[in-house]
Amino acid sequence: MRLIWNGIVTAFALVFGGDAEVWSITGLSIEISGLATIVSLLLGMPLGILLAMSRFPGRGLAVALVNTGMGLPPVVVGLFVSIFLWRSGPLGFLDLIYSPAAMIIAQVIIAFPIVAGLTLTSFQTLNPNLGLQLVGIGASKPQVLWLLCKEARLPLLAALMAGFGGVISEVGASMMVGGNIRGQTRVLTTATVLEAGKGNFDLAIALGLILLALSFTINFVLTHIQQRERIRWPKPS
Amino acid sequence: MKALRCVALLFLSAFMVFALALRVRGAKAPAKTLILSTTTSTQDSGLLDVLVPIFEKQTGYSVKTVSVGTGQALALAAKGDADVALVHAPELEKQYVTQGKLLNRRLVMYNDFIIVGPKEDPAGIKSAVKAVEAVKRIAGRSAPFVSRGDNSGTNVLEKTLWKRAGIEPKGSWYIESGQGMGSTLSIANEKNAYTLSDRATYLAFTGKLNLVVLLEGDGALFNIYSVMEVNPANGSRINTVGGNAFADFMVAPATQEAIKNFGVEKFGRSLFVPAARMREADLN
Amino acid sequence: MAEALLTLEDILIRHESATVLDIPRLEIHPRETLALIGPNGAGKSTLLRVMGLLQVPSAGTIRFHGERANGQNTLAMRRRMASIFQEPLLLNASLYDNAVLGLKIRGIRRREMRRRVLPWLERLGIADLAARRTRTLSGGELQRANLARALVLEPELLLLDEPFSSLDPATRESLLIDLRDILRQTGVTAVFVTHDRHEAFMLGSRVGVLNEGKLLQLGTGAEVFTRPVDEKVADIVGADTRFRAVVEQCDEGVARIRFEGGAMELAGEFPAGTAIVLCLRPEDIHLHRNERAACGTGVGHLAVRVIKVIPSTPQSRLVLESAAGPLVALVPRAVFSALDIHEGDTLTASFDPAAVHVIRLE
Repeated sequence: MRLIWNGIVTAFALVFGGDAEVWSITGLSIEISGLATIVSLLLGMPLGILLAMSRFPGRGLAVALVNTGMGLPPVVVGLFVSIFLWRSGPLGFLDLIYSPAAMIIAQVIIAFPIVAGLTLTSFQTLNPNLGLQLVGIGASKPQVLWLLCKEARLPLLAALMAGFGGVISEVGASMMVGGNIRGQTRVLTTATVLEAGKGNFDLAIALGLILLALSFTINFVLTHIQQRERIRWPKPS
Repeated sequence: MKALRCVALLFLSAFMVFALALRVRGAKAPAKTLILSTTTSTQDSGLLDVLVPIFEKQTGYSVKTVSVGTGQALALAAKGDADVALVHAPELEKQYVTQGKLLNRRLVMYNDFIIVGPKEDPAGIKSAVKAVEAVKRIAGRSAPFVSRGDNSGTNVLEKTLWKRAGIEPKGSWYIESGQGMGSTLSIANEKNAYTLSDRATYLAFTGKLNLVVLLEGDGALFNIYSVMEVNPANGSRINTVGGNAFADFMVAPATQEAIKNFGVEKFGRSLFVPAARMREADLN
Repeated sequence: MAEALLTLEDILIRHESATVLDIPRLEIHPRETLALIGPNGAGKSTLLRVMGLLQVPSAGTIRFHGERANGQNTLAMRRRMASIFQEPLLLNASLYDNAVLGLKIRGIRRREMRRRVLPWLERLGIADLAARRTRTLSGGELQRANLARALVLEPELLLLDEPFSSLDPATRESLLIDLRDILRQTGVTAVFVTHDRHEAFMLGSRVGVLNEGKLLQLGTGAEVFTRPVDEKVADIVGADTRFRAVVEQCDEGVARIRFEGGAMELAGEFPAGTAIVLCLRPEDIHLHRNERAACGTGVGHLAVRVIKVIPSTPQSRLVLESAAGPLVALVPRAVFSALDIHEGDTLTASFDPAAVHVIRLE
């Protein structure tokens, strides 16, 4: 218990005392996971919508792949991306290994199936004839897509939160492709593992709490946007 | 199909955002970057956090320190995915040198291993002088013992001790953590067990463990760190010049002096003994 | 004659070797209300979607005001129509936001939207529900909102696919009457699909009968319902009584026919000796206890025995047996109780020659 209290105190001291290294680690976490989530959104949402709204040969296989992708273990993703990005690997000439870019790549691979799969199911919660009805009152194809997205905003925002949550909290891939290099690829999760491994539990807990606070803040904002309608319960009379 | 075209367009824009991100946060100029592969315990000791910035300032190189298990550190160097290696597993290192994968092996420093355990010392190893005797007693009492179990330098040395004691450690008392030294010490602490640790990591845990030093000073317990250069033939894109510069740096007199001073203010004693001037034979 | 609003030519839709729709020619006239009826799977909804340019046929042409729909102009044409389906399919927002959706899509300004939509909400009796969210509204209220959404667009063609079939009878009746009044007042051209013959007869200035993708008959309600063109149509429109007769002689447009159990005279030109099949609507068969009461000038009558009674209001349905064949009659409740009809009773059925329709020659 004392450990956690010390951790809380340390966390405050680091954040509000302006510890440069902790701020830079936090900033890097946001930057890498934020960019990865945005890219995953740009890749995953159209794919999810496409799978929801069209029928083509091989669609079943594509959906199965997306669903499998949702459960990819991050450390396995990290291993495979490393193999490609190592100098000894086919993409070694890009010199991306142990850089933030490599971490973004790995995190995109982890997050985009999550976004795609959840976008697919969120569109499937809509009435299948809704698109037709919207065309029936004169909506153009882009307008139909926009209106359907608005109508499915609850589950779509959940997809976004799931994608972000999946990567801000992962450590396996970040460790493998980033290398946890001080000042370059050290993020909150990898730093927590490092400090715990060194026995600096105060610091490890502090970093963990900062990560939780970060995650909570972002999810709070998104949830607020999402949850503007509540489910009605019968009132006891 | 129009829908596919839409998807393709979005893929393209995602790719462009991506490329921009890579541009901004991609790797620095390759010629001025070098990859150092080392072990977690070396990194955890904090020594490299002191030495590497000095090297970077002196030479203008940017060093990416990748700290992984000993096996992986050596394997990366052998594949050409690192430019220089700093590890402490002499038997394994010599194999790589014999194969020609790693070149110009030079001693950098050493520290020693210690056997730590619960204050009560149920196996009574405190009175033993030799490490081999100590492990015999531990096995004899089936006292809990936590092993790294990860083929690291520490683990390799531990296995040598069991071998020399003529024991094959098996049973519920022998716990293989598969993790780094810090985590292994934490586990041993929780389980009130014995373990073999390098002194640097143990010292770094001062005040956090209930384990005490029960055996030290045996010649068999020396932990020798060497630096090795990577054979340019191991792969393309190896920064041979940078890697060799770092290797030279580690054995340079000024660096050796810095190694001697490391840890004195914090722990009251040096964590490592500089060994560039020594011969390996002296240490065994 | 005014130019057709919508013309369909050689429309063909095939799906996995089955013909879903096969319409050589269909014209929709301005200001008319066309009702499409037919059994499940007849292709009514598909035809409606083709008309609304929501589904592209495998072959054929669609002309709107004479101009051919060719992909580029489809969106513009579609915006001059409005389609409504069985489920209200409103968005999860307020009723007002849903009603103005069509206008919003067309880029109409906010003030103009308000000006145009409020009168329609009033007209449909849902103005005080404007701020309510759709999740809190009843089926009838939702369907009125659906109608408002379509009507506020002032479409040149309104297409409705069974818009009232999921509503309870009272709501349905009330909405039907409202819709009929609105169509009459605004003069909007409408095509609607229904399972309900009563709706089709009530709303439709013309009725089209579809079966297996083909348009079997197209005419006024009276024509289609009382003079079906073949037995399939007769089944669909409910002219359930059919029996054979033989033409004994025919003079100057009057034919004397004889059937098992009776004879009568009909208007028509048939060669003597022709065998014919007649059909009758159930409401056109009248029942009497007294045979003499059944007789009247030219009225045909038959002795019948009651096989099955399905009592109901406003009418009871009776299945009768006669020498000429089975008959189906609908008897108003008052008459049913007055006659005190039970299964097994022997009665006399009478029918007016004007109600008898010769469906085919054998």
